Amino acid sequence: MQYIEPHGHMVSRTTDDYERMAIAGCQAICEPAFWAGYDRASAEGFYDYFRQITEYEPKRAAKFGIQHYCWLCINPKEAEDLKLADDVIALIPQFIDKPGVLGIGEIGLNKNSRNELKIFEQHVQVAQDYDALVLIHTPHLEDKLKGTRLIVEALKNFPKIKPERVIIDHVEEHTIDHVLDHGFWAGITLYPESKCTPNRAIDMLEHRHAERIWMNSACDWGVSDPLAVPKTMQAMRQRGWSPEMIQRVAWDNPRAFMGQSEKFKM
Amino acid sequence: MPDWTPPTQVNLVDLGFMDSRSKLIDLAAFLDRVQRAGQESDFRVQALKNAIALLSQDKPQRARDVLLSFSDPSTAPVEKAAMQGATGAYK
Repeated sequence: MQYIEPHGHMVSRTTDDYERMAIAGCQAICEPAFWAGYDRASAEGFYDYFRQITEYEPKRAAKFGIQHYCWLCINPKEAEDLKLADDVIALIPQFIDKPGVLGIGEIGLNKNSRNELKIFEQHVQVAQDYDALVLIHTPHLEDKLKGTRLIVEALKNFPKIKPERVIIDHVEEHTIDHVLDHGFWAGITLYPESKCTPNRAIDMLEHRHAERIWMNSACDWGVSDPLAVPKTMQAMRQRGWSPEMIQRVAWDNPRAFMGQSEKFKM
Repeated sequence: MPDWTPPTQVNLVDLGFMDSRSKLIDLAAFLDRVQRAGQESDFRVQALKNAIALLSQDKPQRARDVLLSFSDPSTAPVEKAAMQGATGAYK
């Protein structure tokens, strides 16, 4: 069955992973800008990274018949350095009109600091100025609940940002209702250790009737599985899901959200 | 978007019991291990024990409540991020 991987950090994956994902039915991968595993020394590092995700990765994906899209930002882990963050945000206009760029992301919070919040709001302002979609990262583990609430509150200060054009990612059982009840889309990330297992994801999908939710592997350089989405689709079959409802989550939902950008053509 | 069609009913116990049994025994063994090593006062172990108590409740919201028990309950942003990672339990 065909599916969309709406959140994968392919710069940190091998070409073999593209092949495995294509064989599993992946038709499109969307790559949010993220932390490299270390703090970059200057905005020049981000310039090269933005070139990589807007120019090189689409070509690597195309070799396997996969469409590649991306999102731009400085991630919250590096947002404590305000000068660096300002310099990186200033680069975004050079790249935002490139063909595969869907919007601003994955912005958000990491440790819920004032500087992170300030840079988050600057990114949202850029999204508002360019009428771009927004993909939001919520903090890890014990910081997720507080960060999710701060993010939702901060977005209320941007009346031109429509909730249906914002996806708040990495939700879990204690944050999904808060996100969806405010009108945003929600992303469920399938990780072998942290975040969510396939069965927990399916529980949440059933609880919320799969409305305005996508699921993703967020595969990167850490413990993660680029085939987490098709494996969860298999778990859905075992739990009695119809092919139509599986397709709704794995294909229709991400297509509906990202299709709000005219650049997303599936 | 199509309307929600619930999945056909399957035996969820058949599907999930052995996996849950295995994870529970692993958790028990972990608590034994850290106790033998004299490390059970670690705040993360205490957080685990507090969370385990929530499993006995009757409402089907145990996962949510366990996650809440591990979470930072404060609401104001911190002045500065002192670290980049997370420990899994609020101290």
